[in-house]
Amino acid sequence: MQMKEYKPLIVAFCCNWCSYAGADLAGNNRLNYPAEVKIIRVPCSCRVNPMFILRAFQRGADGVIICGCHPGDCHYTSGNYFTRRRMAALFSMLDFLGIEKERTRVEWVSAAEGAKFAATMNDFVEKVVSLGENKRLEDLRCKR
Amino acid sequence: MQKITKEMLIDKATELLNNGTVSLVLGWKKGEYDYDVTPGVFESVEELKKDFVFGDFSAANLSKYLVKKTEKLEGKILVFLKPCDTYSFNQLLTEHRFDREKVYAVGVQCDGMVDIEKVKKIAGDGILSVDCNGEDIVVKTLYNDDMTIAKADVLAERCANCKSKKHVAYDELLGESGEVIDSNRFDEVEKLEKMTADERFAFWQNELSKCIRCNACRDACPACTCEKCVFNNPNSGVENKSPANSFEEKLFHIIRAYHVAGRCTDCGECSRVCPQNIPLHLLNRKFIKDINEFYGEYQAGAEVGSRAPLVDYTLNDLEPGEVFDRGDENA
Ligand code: SF4
Ligand code: SF4
Ligand code: FES
Repeated sequence: MQMKEYKPLIVAFCCNWCSYAGADLAGNNRLNYPAEVKIIRVPCSCRVNPMFILRAFQRGADGVIICGCHPGDCHYTSGNYFTRRRMAALFSMLDFLGIEKERTRVEWVSAAEGAKFAATMNDFVEKVVSLGENKRLEDLRCKR
Repeated sequence: MQKITKEMLIDKATELLNNGTVSLVLGWKKGEYDYDVTPGVFESVEELKKDFVFGDFSAANLSKYLVKKTEKLEGKILVFLKPCDTYSFNQLLTEHRFDREKVYAVGVQCDGMVDIEKVKKIAGDGILSVDCNGEDIVVKTLYNDDMTIAKADVLAERCANCKSKKHVAYDELLGESGEVIDSNRFDEVEKLEKMTADERFAFWQNELSKCIRCNACRDACPACTCEKCVFNNPNSGVENKSPANSFEEKLFHIIRAYHVAGRCTDCGECSRVCPQNIPLHLLNRKFIKDINEFYGEYQAGAEVGSRAPLVDYTLNDLEPGEVFDRGDENA
């Protein structure tokens, strides 16, 4: 029997005011990034509740990335500063529990940075693929 | 240092009840056994005489009960607080969880509390009584001869690593207030940090899979005072139920610890009440240690009104990715 090729599932929470448009720009410029990246649009990076991230892992995500406006450029002035602290603490905790740190990331991508968006996603997916399937936070009942 | 006895506390409470300063007393009540001490509310001197206890097992942190007890209270309630409890008291005030005017706080000197599980490990089952005289405790059991154990050997984890003997809030003191202590409370966390991710995962899987989701850790925590809790919401997917797999084991614990991150005073109640003896304090201390290292030393509850680090920011904070680069340098 042939093994099914492993396709990761990547969830990207993208801020409406920057990275979401950055993803659009990447598309318009025909820059490639893996189709396994599923984008969820959020009004601001700080809208991402830590539960969302854990939920994504539960539903079978192999990696979760949050993209927001560059520090100083948040549409709501300070949202991403809170994101920065929250995610630093959360990701450090996930690492403490032994969940591979390459599976989580925060990246600042503006609406003009289509190329950065594509490059970030390519790099992130590559790292996650090298780790393989997410086993440490899996919920078998939710597996594809 | 003078020893604080239960009689001294009862006398104080009696005095305050009789002169009308307070109408209720929040203290510790004898359970089925000597070591089975629970929080209790007393309305009269008779009740105090009957059930009030104070000693090596008065570990319960009473500050959280003020939230519910002061809600409809006319007048004042007396509460006894050990040094570590006063931090929770301040933290609750910072979060506007009760009215300071309705509380008369008496700080009690603390010589450390005893962990009955540790006593049981040494003395065996069938414990009839545990008496403390200074440095030693004398255990009477059903099956064996009386046994004398050094108190230092059976100190509760949080007391062995006590962070402060200083009362940060009180109206009146019984005994002495000490100093903030430079304890070794982060040693265990550091040990875990030095392990590989695989070893850490194995460690936590082993610990967390014991969890029966009784929610005692949440219920006892003075930082957990939300009216509506995500763990009671049937739509959250994390409502009370025994964890079924690796995901659920982690989910509850990450969310619980994360929710109190920056507000946790490291009072140790969560670990104390866990019937499965899961070292929950390691999760909280990891957050405390991280916050100290990333954003500067912060002790929740040290003063009223301070801003919790996770609801604050500076323009040049560490990037989440740098957290790990930093870690690699340390390794
Ligand atoms: S999380 Fe534990 S140590 Fe921290 S305040 Fe709550 S009960 Fe105390
Ligand atoms: S007290 Fe212990 S067993 Fe109960 S829910 Fe908390 S960790 Fe689980
Ligand atoms: S609006 Fe983009 S991060 Fe806040």
